[in-house]
Amino acid sequence: MIRSLHRWPGLIAAALLLVLSLSGAGLSVFPALETVTAPAQTEAGLSIADLTARVLVTHPGVEQIKRAPSGRITAYWFDNGTPGAAVVDPATGLDAGSADASPVERWVKTLHRSLFLDDSGRIVAAIGAAAMLILSMSGIALVVRRTGGWRRVFTSLKGPLPCRLHVEIARLSIVGLLLSSVTALWMTASTFGYLPENNVTPAIPNTVSGEIGFSVTDIQALRTAPLSSLRELTFPYPDDPTDVFTLKTDAGQGYIDQGTGALLAWVEPGAWDRISETIYMLHTGQGAATLGLLLGLMALGVPLMAVTGIIVWAAGRRARPKLRGNVAAGHADTVLLVGSEGGNVWGFAATLQAALTAAGQKVHAAPMSAFAPDRYTNAARIIVLASTYGDGVAPASAKGFLDRLAALPAPPSMPLAILGFGDRSFPDFCGFAKQVARAAEAKGWSTLLPMDTVNRQSPQDFARWGHLLGAALNLPLELDHQPVAPRTKALTLMSRRDYGAEVQAPTAILRFALPHIPVWRRITGLGVSRFAAGDLIGIVPEGSPSPRFYSLASGDKDGFVEICVRKHPGGLCSGQLLSLEPGEAIQGFIRPNPGFRPARGKKPVILIGAGTGIGPLAGFARANTRHQPMHLWFGARHPDSDLLYRPELTEWHEQGKLTSVAAAFSRTETRTYVQDILRRDRARIARLIANGAKVLVCGGREMAAGVAEAMTDILASQGLTPAMLKSEGRYAEDVY
Amino acid sequence: MKSILAALAITTALTLPATAWARPVTLDTTLKNYSGNGAYLAIYVTDANGVYKGSLWMAGGKSKYYQHLSDWQRATGGSLSEINGITGASVGSGRKLSITLNLADALFDAGYQLHVDAAVEDMRDSPSEVVVPLTTAGAGKATPGRRYIESFTYNM
Repeated sequence: MIRSLHRWPGLIAAALLLVLSLSGAGLSVFPALETVTAPAQTEAGLSIADLTARVLVTHPGVEQIKRAPSGRITAYWFDNGTPGAAVVDPATGLDAGSADASPVERWVKTLHRSLFLDDSGRIVAAIGAAAMLILSMSGIALVVRRTGGWRRVFTSLKGPLPCRLHVEIARLSIVGLLLSSVTALWMTASTFGYLPENNVTPAIPNTVSGEIGFSVTDIQALRTAPLSSLRELTFPYPDDPTDVFTLKTDAGQGYIDQGTGALLAWVEPGAWDRISETIYMLHTGQGAATLGLLLGLMALGVPLMAVTGIIVWAAGRRARPKLRGNVAAGHADTVLLVGSEGGNVWGFAATLQAALTAAGQKVHAAPMSAFAPDRYTNAARIIVLASTYGDGVAPASAKGFLDRLAALPAPPSMPLAILGFGDRSFPDFCGFAKQVARAAEAKGWSTLLPMDTVNRQSPQDFARWGHLLGAALNLPLELDHQPVAPRTKALTLMSRRDYGAEVQAPTAILRFALPHIPVWRRITGLGVSRFAAGDLIGIVPEGSPSPRFYSLASGDKDGFVEICVRKHPGGLCSGQLLSLEPGEAIQGFIRPNPGFRPARGKKPVILIGAGTGIGPLAGFARANTRHQPMHLWFGARHPDSDLLYRPELTEWHEQGKLTSVAAAFSRTETRTYVQDILRRDRARIARLIANGAKVLVCGGREMAAGVAEAMTDILASQGLTPAMLKSEGRYAEDVY
Repeated sequence: MKSILAALAITTALTLPATAWARPVTLDTTLKNYSGNGAYLAIYVTDANGVYKGSLWMAGGKSKYYQHLSDWQRATGGSLSEINGITGASVGSGRKLSITLNLADALFDAGYQLHVDAAVEDMRDSPSEVVVPLTTAGAGKATPGRRYIESFTYNM
């Protein structure tokens, strides 16, 4: 619901908002320019009468003197039958520039408020402002939901670049956009007379002295009022004894007799007028030039957000596949319920649906929010594929599922299988799927398969689960899911270093040349040209469309792409990688992994890894030119065979890029693992944690579990857990 | 006096055909190229002493800006009933406003004056920009305005 409230106004109003925001940003410059260029008032106590006297010397036929909120003073006169106007220097009363409004400003202003379409244009512009308001509010709601609560709204973001940019720009500009859109709506309502107004024009007095010629500079009201309060002073028509001076100041408006100098009437502005004036100032920046510039700058976020928003939307649309041969709920023997936020899980669902259909099953796929077990009259099983939004929150297409499940009088008779989709680098991995599993268990719902998970849309995880499902159903099930293939680049191998042959674990450090990225792609950010150690590289092996992901051991600043690969028995991708010779190429693409990198600053970093998991950790150390304290604990099989980066580790330690290095070897006499040396150094680790250290763990799943167990013990003394650190972004794992 | 006012009220209804006591009069107001937004114009009649008698036309649709037509505002207190049915769009810079209405014969050569107040956004208000006596002899003669109006003519 909130997402559609964000998507549709955004898509429909994008072009209009582009025009309004760009013109608004342009207009924001003028008040500041006026403040800078207008001759400033130098004498503090200057009164309106003082200024009037000075202007009268230059222009005896002066008819009106105006003061803009910027302090610019303009005089209008009628000398020898011709009207004239000029900006006046308050210090001298002399002309100091043209009073004509810049035609550029007028053009942009008309475009901004009415698109040159007069009242119809004003209404269209107001609709644009309303769309902006709806977008801002729904955007805030989405960010709050995504980050997992108001307190985390400003936490760092993960996800594809356009998506992150969209939210980052929104965070910077949301206050200005809210202010600009609300004030715009107020001003339109005011223009069309929908707001109450106090009539500030006092009635013209019926009786005037009928005389003329009282010296303007002797008028008491003008002598006592400071120039800074002036808005406008209008002189009576010459030779019309019935006319009066009209004075408008910050304090109100009134008339002065030209024969006696007496104040004839005075009205103070009402509350509504003051509110409207304030709103006008906030929107236009006239009288608040700095705020205006700030709002203008924030308005520039709109075009950027329009572009990134459309990219995000188009990507989500592309990722969502069409389901073919979907069977009605009542006829299906397998019901597939999908909980997806961005549409990625639907891709997996489509693969599963196609595979089950090919195996002779009748499949009904539906969003989890459409859960209605009483309609599944022929179903023999229910399969739930669920992602998690933010901190364990139900994704968009699963809204209401848990409530509906809880409301059932009895659990559905057919057994349930749950597959959770998530990202291990988030604190609550597959949080929503786990909630569903707990709720199903509490309800007494029988299970077809224990709950399983897919990390980072891994096709391998999915295929593995497919085999389990196939075994449970007694069907041959091959789930070959191909997520929308990212554009790959040919990566040419520059050099390789081989290890581990002696311990039956052939491993290599492979160094590829930087792929060439065209300039326009660098600018648009479509092709990832910047990357850092800890980001991922997807290698697409020949013979399989599914990419395998490896953690990068280098950043683009190093000038090469480096990964560590161990050959898995029968592994398609690792086999191809390890058989590459320098000069040969393989297809790959880069995927950002911003959660897995050292926190910026001077706080210590604890790097823990084993095997090829040392790759990104070595990359962090190599890039540590600012000498952030980094402490490495790592495990290998034998110091003489698979100790990756051996010379570099020594070198980086000497250069101060690595503060300490501790190693554990599992194939030596001591037979120690990395968790053992963590426990050994528990006091030092506890101290580092107390000093605000961030923990980065990279390696196989079993090692990560062992490390998490050891860290749980170590942290317990401080009343902490790895989960608590994860929720603060201080414990990240890159596990495979 | 009462009869004249009544006649004036009738004449301002443009759909009425010309009768024995009224004749069609065309008021042409041509604006200068003053480089600003559309001008608001109030066209109204006063007697020789400047006492307001009635309005003929209001160019400009938003009543909140009528206060800038300050002589008209002063005479009418901004009463919208004075211009009920005789309002139109504001007139752009360099454009011409042409209106035809049936004016009572009694208004001519009797010392009545025709006023045009003008106002433009962000620019100087110009009350009684044009003041011309209503005479049969003056018909067809162009009068310049003080600030925004290039020429004002009434033709019979």
